[in-house]
Amino acid sequence: MTDLSHTFSAAADKPLLQVKNLTKSYGARIGCADISFDVYPGEVLGIVGESGSGKSTLLSCLAGHMRPDQGEVIFETANGARDTVQMGEAERRRLARTDWAYVHQNPRDGLRMGVSAGGNVGERLMAIGARHYGGIRDKAIDWLGRVEIDAGRVDDRPSAFSGGMQQRLQIARNLVTAPRLVFMDEPTGGLDVSVQARLLDLLRGLVREMGLSAIIVTHDLAVVRLLADRLMVMKGGHVVEAGLTDQVLDDPQHEYTQLLVSSVLQV
Amino acid sequence: MTDQAYNFAYLDEDTKRMIRRAILKGVAVPGYQVPFASREMPMPYGWGTGGVQVTAACLAPDDVLKVIDQGADDTTNAVSIRKFFVATAGVAVTEATADATIIQTRHRIPEAVLTAGQILVYQVPIPEPLRFLEPRETETRKMHELEEYGLMHVKLYEDIAKHGQIATSYAYPVRVEGRYVMDPSPIPKFDNPKLSGSAALQLFGAGREQRIYAVPPFTHVVSLDFDDHPFSPSKANHACDLCASNISYLDEVITDDQGGRMFVCSDTDYCASRRAAGHVGALGAPMATEKAAE
Ligand SMILES: Nc1ncnc2c1ncn2[C@@H]1O[C@H](COP(=O)(O)OP(=O)(O)OP(=O)(O)O)[C@@H](O)[C@H]1O
Ligand SMILES: [Mg+2]
Ligand SMILES: [Zn+2]
Repeated sequence: MTDLSHTFSAAADKPLLQVKNLTKSYGARIGCADISFDVYPGEVLGIVGESGSGKSTLLSCLAGHMRPDQGEVIFETANGARDTVQMGEAERRRLARTDWAYVHQNPRDGLRMGVSAGGNVGERLMAIGARHYGGIRDKAIDWLGRVEIDAGRVDDRPSAFSGGMQQRLQIARNLVTAPRLVFMDEPTGGLDVSVQARLLDLLRGLVREMGLSAIIVTHDLAVVRLLADRLMVMKGGHVVEAGLTDQVLDDPQHEYTQLLVSSVLQV
Repeated sequence: MTDQAYNFAYLDEDTKRMIRRAILKGVAVPGYQVPFASREMPMPYGWGTGGVQVTAACLAPDDVLKVIDQGADDTTNAVSIRKFFVATAGVAVTEATADATIIQTRHRIPEAVLTAGQILVYQVPIPEPLRFLEPRETETRKMHELEEYGLMHVKLYEDIAKHGQIATSYAYPVRVEGRYVMDPSPIPKFDNPKLSGSAALQLFGAGREQRIYAVPPFTHVVSLDFDDHPFSPSKANHACDLCASNISYLDEVITDDQGGRMFVCSDTDYCASRRAAGHVGALGAPMATEKAAE
């Protein structure tokens, strides 16, 4: 495994996230095992691997949705580096609605379907104390524009939106508070190819513009090619190869990565 | 029903002790919903079984009980609950707010300022204010525990987005002593200011949902709102047609089939007391003449 953790040292000397020996099993079955890596500010990390390779398990452990059996997830908070596995739930949930964001594969899991688009985007603002209706609404409308949803739809419920729009709404809802680290699990998963392309384009623009750090789980090598600075390849719960995205995709070292890239395993 | 057939105030002593423990816990943690093992009562849910159990656990033989429904002492629900306690506890009853030691209520807080030593028992249908947007009980419990109340404002946001203003006019959510967000039961928001700083003990009982909560005397209770849409306890721009009060909560009453209508105090005791004191509204005759005419 190539160590590229200092590639982005120009951007910042300290990693935003340090993952150390993270392991999670489901009984006897391995979810993910002994995973270590760093993410630097402004860096996008892609995680690829076949179904069941442990991508979602890893992401859930990082985002605090699941407690790992072992390992550390050290996040650079406003008050210094903290192991988010050890911190109390209240503090972890506070991080989840401020510094972190989580984009679910299925927008239904990440949206409130009974609440208007504006309310969906405004929720995170209200969760961190925004109490000016006009201000919240203006910000929601601004964000709808940024994800290419017409301002006239601000009072419509997501159930009246197409799948692509729902996913863009979920992204707006997550990014409105300018998080520092965004977790995405198959953000383009359920969408048509043409809709996927537009969403990817949008995501790439937002990530660059906002200088976001992100961890993106996907089956789709096109997604990582477009978005990820670095790439981790998982198989059977382990990381089998990691490096700069272009290097890994153009010159895969591990035979599993070679298979993956040769498109045999591509969906 | 005979006095002998039941324990005092219907519930057995163990049950009352269990309910009192829940009440004490509620008093100790204002606005926190305390689970309790709700008992079958000889009346259907929706008839105030939660309130009835709280009242039963608080009643002592020398208490004076008042029961109101929508402010009135003479509605079916109020009458039957009052009869129930007369039969099972033999306590004195009254319609005068000032004379009561325990007042069980559905949907109103009396207009008369409550005093130290009085207990106001609310009948609560749905105790969880976050239920509307978050149906998962495990999640709402967590939200209370961690004071994650942003969602409550999402509900108010939706109100303004849809209606141009906060349209919630009943069960308007409040924050108790800067901590728990609470559903004050379906009282009109007009009554919300009376929740705060009251000298009386306020107890809330939800029978079907098995929850008890409390606002102890002199607790600070704030209605949630936005800076640019502040809470306002709206009131009909009208005075009571019987007693001329322009500070009470009014019901609109249809008086004939020609479309005649009048506004009268929803608090019947308050209105009657004012009329007895000589106040006369636009459509009211002085009380003495009315009596004579009957
Ligand atoms: N809740 C669970 N209980 C038991 N085993 C689980 C559970 N979730 C995942 N697993 C197992 O853990 C392993 C990793 O699963 P995970 O969902 O993390 O994979 P994945 O890479 O996200 O797959 P996919 O691409 O299909 O989403 C698999 O063997 C899976 O069967
Ligand atoms: Mg997965
Ligand atoms: Zn009146």
